[in-house]
Amino acid sequence: MKGAAAIEVRDLTVAYRDKPVLWDIDLTVPPGVLMAVVGPNGAGKTTFVKALLGLLPVSAGRIRFFDAPYEASRQQIAYVPQRGSVDWDFPTSVLDVVMMGRYGRLGWIRRPGKREREQAREALARVGMEDFAGRQIRQLSGGQQQRVFLARALVQDARVYLMDEPFQGVDAVTERAIIDLLRALRSEGRTLLVVHHDLQTVEEYFDRVMLLNVRRIASGPVEQAFTTENLRLTYGGRIAFLRSANAADAADPAAP
Amino acid sequence: MEHLFSDYTLRMVALGSAVLGLVSGGLGTYAVLRGQSLLGDAISHAALPGVALAFLLTGSKTPLALMIGAALAGWLATLWILSVTETTRIKYDSMLALTLSVFFGAGLVLLTWIRQRAGASQAGLDTFLFGQASSLVWRDVVAMAIPGGGALALMLLFWKELKLLAFDPEYGRTMGLPMRRVDLLLTALLVVAIVIGLQTVGVVLMSAMIVAPAAAGRQWTDALWKMVLLSAGFGAAGGVTGAVLSSLETGLPTGPLIVLCMGAIVAASLFFAPNRGLLGQRLRRRRNAGRFQRETVLLDLYALGMQHADPLRPHPQGAVQAMRAKDIPVDRLLMRLNKEGLVRRAAGGWGLTDAGLRHAETLQKERR
Repeated sequence: MKGAAAIEVRDLTVAYRDKPVLWDIDLTVPPGVLMAVVGPNGAGKTTFVKALLGLLPVSAGRIRFFDAPYEASRQQIAYVPQRGSVDWDFPTSVLDVVMMGRYGRLGWIRRPGKREREQAREALARVGMEDFAGRQIRQLSGGQQQRVFLARALVQDARVYLMDEPFQGVDAVTERAIIDLLRALRSEGRTLLVVHHDLQTVEEYFDRVMLLNVRRIASGPVEQAFTTENLRLTYGGRIAFLRSANAADAADPAAP
Repeated sequence: MEHLFSDYTLRMVALGSAVLGLVSGGLGTYAVLRGQSLLGDAISHAALPGVALAFLLTGSKTPLALMIGAALAGWLATLWILSVTETTRIKYDSMLALTLSVFFGAGLVLLTWIRQRAGASQAGLDTFLFGQASSLVWRDVVAMAIPGGGALALMLLFWKELKLLAFDPEYGRTMGLPMRRVDLLLTALLVVAIVIGLQTVGVVLMSAMIVAPAAAGRQWTDALWKMVLLSAGFGAAGGVTGAVLSSLETGLPTGPLIVLCMGAIVAASLFFAPNRGLLGQRLRRRRNAGRFQRETVLLDLYALGMQHADPLRPHPQGAVQAMRAKDIPVDRLLMRLNKEGLVRRAAGGWGLTDAGLRHAETLQKERR
């Protein structure tokens, strides 16, 4: 078991009717890394995460977590969906939503109790939301919703975290809090795969990256994979300008 | 009221409709929260051919036989809807409408055939269209209470699974919880809730008993368990009121009367619920608008004072009015502020009081 990849994907193809959304993806994610998945809209980023979680039928390929199939490692994997995926007008409290992260371990019928409430409060404290435990979820702002979803995944105490756009629509302060949390999780030895849309922050936030556009364009350490050429291949010509401007800044010692 | 407890028929009617209201109100909460309100309509209409076939096969009108027939037909229709929408491109709502009318049509054909073949003695089945509470006897109430109570018990037992199903089923799947089976369980419970109400409310209007109590309950609370309780209570209240009204020899059909009572409860909830109610919202908006207007005048007075380096110094009303549009009733606002003890009348016009100055300073900090 030692040295097994946290996530190992071989020849993964996912199709929607007769059109492939993901084509022949190979990816190895070593344990204890913070990895971004980037690509243009419609590149299949969300599909990729959902396929890893067994939420979508896979046309071909093999997915393993720590050298075991997904079914055997479910309790090791936590998922943070896009926050738009649920109805925030649902009649329930913040603490209740966070406790849902324990439902998988609790099993059928058993009710969450004192222990689960405590774990949920701890997780809320980690995302800076301890004062919101009793709030109704419809009163939350976008950034708070996102942090509630993160807390729900934290109580799962997983080895692998799969997150779909956790930075989407949050303000700068929340973004900072979230990235600090992700780094803390990494330093605890956990593995994080994060769908990300802001190319400007990839180099600062992540140590690994996969560039995806139906096919895997590149993957690996950020300094090797996140190149102008690979970005051009992923996004088409549009993005080259942005990158070369950045590179010029970096090369010019006179720039502030 | 005395009449209600002495008369056997009325007692049965009240008891039966209370049971069906509790069950359909409680379980309807989940249907409404999942956006599946119309599924109830499809299930109840689809139950009609089941009732007719059960009668044709067994030759009896015992409630149990008819309910089993209704439940099987409703359940079959639901599975049919779900499997077709999963495997083809037909949309969910189209499939609901289609199944509803096809099953209902089949039911009407069967009913007509039964009536022609068996004669007037079997016309009792027609009451399944619009419901008839006055025909309820103890045997019917028991036949409603046992499956209904069982359905409510299962709902409580699987409370956490059903909550997760309604809020975030995909997340539940990633944790290894068999959400598809939970979905089938909820559908089965919904079928039970509908089937036990068919004799009283009728297939045409039964879905209102699923949707209306929950819609009303949602107005009053933001906690799921309170919503389930309220919805069950509203269901029982509407059911009993409507059923009793129709049994008081008015000759009016039960189903429509129950639905009208439920409609009244929903309308009252839409208007009078404290947070979400229209009246509360309107009042709060007016109150806030008035408060904001007064606060701007208070801040104007404060700003005028600061220009003269003396925040407490009085100013003529004209000077305050000059800072705002002509249609802003500055005189009335100043009068209200005076009553609140924030401004005082002085020789030179209006000035801030000490309390007014403190309030203006806090506002100044907040609104910056």
